[in-house]
Amino acid sequence: MKLTVNNKSYDLDVDPDMPLLWALRDVLKLTGTKYGCGIAQCGACTVHLDGNPIRSCVTPVQAIGEAKITTIEGLSENTDHPVQQAWLEVDVPQCGYCQSGQIMTAAALLEKNPHPDDAAIDAAMSGNICRCGTYERIRKAIHMAGQPLNKDV
Amino acid sequence: MIMKTNQQSRRNFLISSGLGTAGLLLTFSIPTACSRKLGGSREIQDFNAYLGIGKDGTVRVILSHVEMGQGIWTTLPMLIAEELDCDWKKIIVTHAPPGEPYIHTSYGVQMTGSSSSTYSEFDRYRMAGATARAMLISAAATRLGIDPSNCTTDSGHVLAGDRKIVYGELVEDAGKLTAPEQVSLKDPKDWKYIGTSMKRLDGKVKINGQAEYGLDKDLPGLQIAVVAHPPFFGAKVISYDATECLSINGVSQVVQIPTGLAVLATNFWSAKKGRDVLQVEWDLPVNSVTTTTQFEAYRNLAKSKGIVTQESGNVSEGLATSNTKLEMEYCLPYLAHACMEPMNCTIDFDGQQAEIWAGVQMPMEDRKKASEVLGIPEGQIQLHTLFMGGAFGRRTTFDSDFVVEAAHIAKTVRKPIKLVWTREDDMRAGYYRAAFLHDVKVGLDKNGHPQAWQHRVVGQSIHEQGTPFSAFVKNGIDGTSVEGARNSRYLDHTPHISIELHSTKNEVPVLWWRSVGHSHIAFAMESAIDELAHAAGKDPVAYRRELLDSKRHLATLNLAAEKSGWGKRLPDGHYQGIAVHESFRSYVAHVVEVSLENGKPKVQKVTCAIDCGLAVNPDGVKAQMEGGIIFGLSAALYGEITMDNGSAVQSNFHDYQMVRMSDAPKIEVFIVDSEEQMGGAGEPCVPPVAPALTNAIFAATGTRIRTLPVMTHLIL
Repeated sequence: MKLTVNNKSYDLDVDPDMPLLWALRDVLKLTGTKYGCGIAQCGACTVHLDGNPIRSCVTPVQAIGEAKITTIEGLSENTDHPVQQAWLEVDVPQCGYCQSGQIMTAAALLEKNPHPDDAAIDAAMSGNICRCGTYERIRKAIHMAGQPLNKDV
Repeated sequence: MIMKTNQQSRRNFLISSGLGTAGLLLTFSIPTACSRKLGGSREIQDFNAYLGIGKDGTVRVILSHVEMGQGIWTTLPMLIAEELDCDWKKIIVTHAPPGEPYIHTSYGVQMTGSSSSTYSEFDRYRMAGATARAMLISAAATRLGIDPSNCTTDSGHVLAGDRKIVYGELVEDAGKLTAPEQVSLKDPKDWKYIGTSMKRLDGKVKINGQAEYGLDKDLPGLQIAVVAHPPFFGAKVISYDATECLSINGVSQVVQIPTGLAVLATNFWSAKKGRDVLQVEWDLPVNSVTTTTQFEAYRNLAKSKGIVTQESGNVSEGLATSNTKLEMEYCLPYLAHACMEPMNCTIDFDGQQAEIWAGVQMPMEDRKKASEVLGIPEGQIQLHTLFMGGAFGRRTTFDSDFVVEAAHIAKTVRKPIKLVWTREDDMRAGYYRAAFLHDVKVGLDKNGHPQAWQHRVVGQSIHEQGTPFSAFVKNGIDGTSVEGARNSRYLDHTPHISIELHSTKNEVPVLWWRSVGHSHIAFAMESAIDELAHAAGKDPVAYRRELLDSKRHLATLNLAAEKSGWGKRLPDGHYQGIAVHESFRSYVAHVVEVSLENGKPKVQKVTCAIDCGLAVNPDGVKAQMEGGIIFGLSAALYGEITMDNGSAVQSNFHDYQMVRMSDAPKIEVFIVDSEEQMGGAGEPCVPPVAPALTNAIFAATGTRIRTLPVMTHLIL
């Protein structure tokens, strides 16, 4: 089974029905992507598949094919993606466990819609649960991360 | 939670609360470092159990409390940095191992809870910093041949005239000195960090995937264990057939343990697939709990007098002679903690020694329980506390449930194992906030004030199950079951009071859940007060002001009312409700503003005021308020674990719902400028959320919600 993760190619000897989440975590040891529910209800496992946010906990590795996967570890080299910078500026995380998924979802949103309004943020982010309740700051950080991108548009 | 004084701690530390000791010369002995295995390549000189400094100037702060999201990873370093006068950028942080120096200054066990970390460490961590600074100054003075009184410090340097020596150059000499027994702490007016918002020191690793949680632990040859837990509380394995399970690719063995059957595999997916096809025969439950019949039983119990926890006057007479009598029943369901990171524990046990990695709130107790299972002395076990993906009380189990479960597996397989609970395990295998019923009868006098208050609380006791704090169940009263009702400040002038408790017993395991007893009591108290205000024909804020003498209740009530625009014109279709509650030594008032959408309430905005005394990290306090409001709203709107014949019905986030971004209201937090006794932040924000919400729903609709959660019962 071949997978391309964060621009690296891997050859995996795993069951084809293994969800991508466990291939990332248990086989490739990329543990930044989190397990929260296993049934695509919480978003902690969100990664990008060719830039689109997907729930890796319900995506079997056999379904991925040639598509390129990006995880939180591959989002930026130096933790300097605009979304990460905004997250730091607003001091979003508390326990932090859901934040990889939140950030991956937000980064995909901003890629498609560089200045989302609150309704667009609600629509994009409501698949990601934060049990610590950092939504207020996530919303603020997404608006903030949208700012520099706006200038480039 | 009940306070327990630890004599050893009391001797060693002068504990203050608030600002009383600042600037004074204090005498104490700060424990030296306990032995531990140091990680990393940096050479660090330990100055005491809480603080070490490297030759490169790195300052390592060792946390006696664990980071669960509440921000103690940043707050305790602030206390050290304040007195050590070090470079903030050079601080690194680590969790303490189990050890005597890290025992809670009040509770007598090494634990994180009761929203007590900041105030309970306020002196100890400042003193740790001040002691090390004095030793660095002493070493510098000796080197320069001058008197220490001629030295001062600034951002990681000792200064003397035009001489400037970085701390790193002094650590070797300073480390050989005996720690001073007297040290003075800074005057609050000179504080650089305390009272200033500081960004989280764990912020960066939590946004790039580097933070290591318990579930992320990896070891060479690690086997993942997924356990088939009983389908009913208390059920045991009668027999099992693992043939098909063992045929799954990656599955290595199946191990019977007291709590079920553990399937071991090279990865989680294989272990889970194995568990799914494991054939198990369980015995049938006895005396099992079903939610509907449980509340019927509680209702019947409430008809009789319970154990009296507070009494004055004659409540029957007071009710009989009152102008108006109100009878109210409030019901609250079982709730799951539902930490985002399910329970897990990694153990490497070779028969002689063990290493444990887990996210736990009572590491010393957990190590002790593991040692009992593994059959080796505690000294042969190293326990490493990793970051926690939420805790909310769930990782403070008095039986160390998931650590003990992992220990049973490790004892049998003698290979490195990581126990991983699925979300379904996490939600169905227990520990819950107990279900409670409150039967409240109140008689009003001619002014509409309560002249008689009879309050019967019915529900399971946490401490009677056998916690480290069980000694504090006195005369059959678990104080946490009635905290917030007993000695309520609303009743300061009520002549006839009877606060009673029926502690029930069943096999459903219950536990402290963010704000413990206050999580249900505040709903009953603040709903009842609101009902009385309406019965008396008074504004809910004005009515509370009439009843409350407590300055701190009033300060938060008034601030929240003012900032929310209470009594002023609101957007069309918006309505407000208010609640104020004291818990964990802090006072919090919320005004919840709702509208109605498709017959359901939509929470538009929450305005919060807190008086926690000194707010060491104000933005951290704000973050806790924001998060606690969402946590409280999740419970109030959706939270319900129903029991069906001894089995939890809900299993995952599809049927145990959370507030999501689309329901998240706008939140504004205001911190009272206060010099009162310091209190907690993590929990006190939760209790007033539910009643403020249902009080707002009453304002909007005239419908009084007395049974939570709101969404399952309400059609407007």
